[in-house]
Amino acid sequence: MTALESLPLLLAASLNSGTPLAIAALGLLLNERSGVLNLGAEGLMLVAAVTGFAIAVHSGNDWLALLAGALAAALLSAVFGWLVIWLGTNQYASGLALSLLGSGLSAFFGVPYTQAALSERQHYAIPGLSELPVIGPMLFRQHPVVYAAIALTFGVSWFLFRSKAGLTLRAIGESPEAAHALGYSVRRIRLWSVVAGGALCGLAGAYLSVVYTPLWVEGMTAGKGWIALALTTFATWRPWRVLWGAYLFGGVTMLQLHLQGQGVNIPVQLLTALPYLSTILVLVLIAKNPTWIRVNMPASLGKPFVPAA
Amino acid sequence: MTRLELIEISKQYPGVKANDRVTLRVAPGEIHAVLGENGAGKSTLMKIIYGAIQPDSGQLVYNGQAVRIAHPEHARRLGIAMVFQHFSLFETLTVAQNVWLGLRDDSTLQSVSKRIVELAGNYGLEIEPTRPVHSLSVGEKQRVEIVRALLTKPQLLILDEPTSVLAPDAVRGLFDLLRKLASEGCSILYISHKLDEIRELCQRCTVLRAGRVTGEVDPSRETNASLSRLMIGAEPARVTRAGHAGGDVLLEVKSLSLPTRDAFGVSLSEVSLEVHAGEIVGIAGVSGNGQRELLALLSGENPGAPIGSLRLLGQDVSRSSPNSRRNLGLRFVPEERLGRASVPSLSLASNTLLTRSEGLGRGGLLWPSRLEALAAQLIAAFAVKARGPVARASSLSGGNLQKFIVGREIDANPKVIVVSQPTWGVDVGAAAHIRTELAKLASGGVGVLVVSDDLDELFELSDSLHVMAGGRLSPRLSRDQASIERVGAWMSGLFDREPLASELVSDVAMQLQSGAGVVSNPRGVALVQTRATP
Amino acid sequence: MALLSPLVALLLTTLIGLALFALLGKDPWRAIELFFVEPLKSTRAISELSIKAVPLLLIGLGLSISFRANVWNIGAEGQFILGTVFATGVALRATPESNNLYFLGVLGAGALGGALWGACSAALRDRFNANEILVSLMLVYVAEQIVSYMVYGPWKDPQGYNFPQTITFLEPARVPRLVSGNRANLGLPLALCSAGLSWLFIHRTHAGYRLAVGGMAPAAARYAGFSARGSLWMAFLVSGALAGLAGALEVAGPVSQLTQHVAVGYGFAGIIVAFAGRLEPVGVCFASLVMSMFYIGGELSQSRLGLPKATTGVFQGLFLFTLLACDTFIHNRLSLLRPRPLAA
Repeated sequence: MTALESLPLLLAASLNSGTPLAIAALGLLLNERSGVLNLGAEGLMLVAAVTGFAIAVHSGNDWLALLAGALAAALLSAVFGWLVIWLGTNQYASGLALSLLGSGLSAFFGVPYTQAALSERQHYAIPGLSELPVIGPMLFRQHPVVYAAIALTFGVSWFLFRSKAGLTLRAIGESPEAAHALGYSVRRIRLWSVVAGGALCGLAGAYLSVVYTPLWVEGMTAGKGWIALALTTFATWRPWRVLWGAYLFGGVTMLQLHLQGQGVNIPVQLLTALPYLSTILVLVLIAKNPTWIRVNMPASLGKPFVPAA
Repeated sequence: MTRLELIEISKQYPGVKANDRVTLRVAPGEIHAVLGENGAGKSTLMKIIYGAIQPDSGQLVYNGQAVRIAHPEHARRLGIAMVFQHFSLFETLTVAQNVWLGLRDDSTLQSVSKRIVELAGNYGLEIEPTRPVHSLSVGEKQRVEIVRALLTKPQLLILDEPTSVLAPDAVRGLFDLLRKLASEGCSILYISHKLDEIRELCQRCTVLRAGRVTGEVDPSRETNASLSRLMIGAEPARVTRAGHAGGDVLLEVKSLSLPTRDAFGVSLSEVSLEVHAGEIVGIAGVSGNGQRELLALLSGENPGAPIGSLRLLGQDVSRSSPNSRRNLGLRFVPEERLGRASVPSLSLASNTLLTRSEGLGRGGLLWPSRLEALAAQLIAAFAVKARGPVARASSLSGGNLQKFIVGREIDANPKVIVVSQPTWGVDVGAAAHIRTELAKLASGGVGVLVVSDDLDELFELSDSLHVMAGGRLSPRLSRDQASIERVGAWMSGLFDREPLASELVSDVAMQLQSGAGVVSNPRGVALVQTRATP
Repeated sequence: MALLSPLVALLLTTLIGLALFALLGKDPWRAIELFFVEPLKSTRAISELSIKAVPLLLIGLGLSISFRANVWNIGAEGQFILGTVFATGVALRATPESNNLYFLGVLGAGALGGALWGACSAALRDRFNANEILVSLMLVYVAEQIVSYMVYGPWKDPQGYNFPQTITFLEPARVPRLVSGNRANLGLPLALCSAGLSWLFIHRTHAGYRLAVGGMAPAAARYAGFSARGSLWMAFLVSGALAGLAGALEVAGPVSQLTQHVAVGYGFAGIIVAFAGRLEPVGVCFASLVMSMFYIGGELSQSRLGLPKATTGVFQGLFLFTLLACDTFIHNRLSLLRPRPLAA
């Protein structure tokens, strides 16, 4: 295959590979906009991945599987939310606990599914458009969730910047004390945002195991939850930038796989490390401008809020 | 009919009775003051009215009906609105968004913007709906708070220490507004500890002391002295200081300019001042005008002053660390007692190690016994009420912790001491104690620099005064030149228009030592001299 | 009082664990035996326990110091891995004639490797203000690739049937055992010494004090003139070096060669150890014991009951979760009982 032929396929694969990152990062963005930092994303994605995969194996219905993944993660994130929002535990430590617990739970319950395979995957194509040269295979033969992620970006953006509920969420992220003084139930709203964010992380995790791979392997998210966390910072908490960032990362992942496949004379390990190294690079680039972060970062991020009695 | 009646309201906190059978009655259209010292229970009472906390016993009657206000939202539905002392605004959002968040109807952002403009016209509350709040001055922020409260069409408006952050002429504007609101039938609860303001503005006044009502009076018939007696009980001793002729220059700041690197900070421009041996120099001004930035540069917490702009005992210290400044004899007491001047979760003994090295042995090893001995000595010398050297800093009351911290710095025999808000939130007794200690230091030849919001405190202590506004520092005013009128005008940054050479002070303006009583100057500014002369 | 919540958390974790076992149709009492009795049954068992407890203890000590400074190094796993790589680099140069103390060089190299890997995170934080949580974690994945590269490439044992592993280290490069016949080695006294030194550092030195103040009240540290950069570097270098040392003890101890799977999650479990030990060296000693019981119990329930190996991970996660919850519960209870300071 020449470079010219493989490019559209590479781009198509990048969109597909960036999609779970985008969905998870949008969920985390919702959390963080309300002031809660969820370091447990990786654990949520793993639990959702195994749940989704198990449901897919047993029911054969991918949609049910995605839903189950999202539900499982939402449930687990509700526990996390209760801890950090109501009990005021340290968000860093609780997030780490969630990550460790999630990877433990998923490995534990995933054992019977490590050998399992899903039925033949359905191929999607938008009639007509998918037949277009070059952009057809690139843009219009994706799984519906890929388009859903774009719609989701639009929705989150609209919610945050056009609706009063979204304004309330941002206000709580900036100053929970002030929002409380105005009579808003800070903790309840935060809990909802944590649960919604968790559900999106779950959707992302289930997409990985049910559609993207489609396999269950222990620890299969390989740091994608952490990369999604980095993405929210990289995107300075703006939904569209999250989406582009996710596609960019999808591109890096696909590029390194492509290069591995081409047998380029670079150690495989260096290529595999590429997404992680790019994450570090991205964190360095964005953090170089502290004012930019300071202005955009939800001011109460990571800090517990206890309503004054 | 009364608008609001509180009958025998009590609220007990562990260790303190915040409200003890408080009774209070507000008529429609009445401006009613609640007067009391810090810690007298004013805030607790307001929170009860606003539904933020529940009383242990007692009854609330609102418009003739007994009510139990379960939460702030309930209070708002009843037509009770509150303007908070520490604003509940969202800095990164616009004025209109902030106001919108305060409304629970289904109005749109556009309609809210329109109503803000209308209201601005009616009450002279000019404010641009699309401006982000962080770009507003403190006075403008308060306007946003008030607009937000007014849009809910309140029948009872509560203001908590509304003038504590305002320059004198902004206070006048606020009073005009409140009078207009009252004339339209809105009742106003005005919480303050400033006697002059209450006497000028309010028709009734309920005085609280240690959670109890000590009197309900018509303030216009009272004197400052009679009101303070109700509020404080006994008159605390005033610091008496003979004016000091300046000794050698100990601390010198020379045209210090520094653009801020913080998005929400203040840039300093051309700040110059001198502190001589044996004198107390005050810096007045509304918080947030560059005091924080200047103090961080003086203390060395921000060692980024331009070279040559800071001299301590003749030595350039613009880039030196807090430690080397301390070794030269500069001591600093910051405004935040917990978290900056002390570590809340550490013992008093451990907290001495922040700025003292007595507990440090060879090779960087600590000597717990020496730490405790030092803390015990400070506790005794400065009459700190604490369980002993092992008590956590956070277990002390504000006044006692402040005494400990000021003591820790004074005990180190400083040559220059810089103190920010020395008595902010401190009870009367401790405040008097701290002021006396500072005066004693100056008499002993130490250069003292005091930064404070509290004009009374500065007028009481200082030999000379500067005013800070918008990141700039006014020329120096000697004790005789500093009238409340002039300082008030300078607080809004008007100090270049007035040549300092003309030392003629208008007849009407009050001289500092001239005594008690409220005096209005020709512009109608209420003066803020709040204590009676002894 | 500080003891209460780890103990309650352990109890809760055990109860949930028993319920889990019962749910899977296993005898809960058998599980208790596997987790809490078997690991202490014989000298041999205790020796095995120490093999697991030593790296956990070292990592937990380093992380306690780091977390005290409010420096969130969660990449101890990566620092552990770099420790194994550096240690292997020195160990492979040993000859049968090398000095008996050659292993000290191996351990030193491991500590150096871990410290260097920690320094990467510190440098990126210090120079570019990059979030240390994410950077240190990303470096774990990078470290895994480095090991993989070494054992597939330059260090592959030519006689290893093409397995990705190095040769077995020669005797001088190995950490001497305490008693012949048991695998427990010199790492145990070394780790206990480290615990003692950590205690001294935290409670009796100015450097430890500065670090803690920086963690608890950054503004107070600035006011006092304590360097935040100093704390950051100190935290990463110390915790990195201890994790690296743990890695060196692992390759030069029970494993005796570098393989791709040298890291078994001690770096992450060390986080739990640090929290459960209340960031106190004495507590960390006990917590590392409990955590290694989880490891052994997990292995035993895999071999004897056919349960997944991941049982360990589930228990670890549960333990940290319940610990955090107990902390706040107990704290809230106590602060309700304790009179508050008088209102200012």
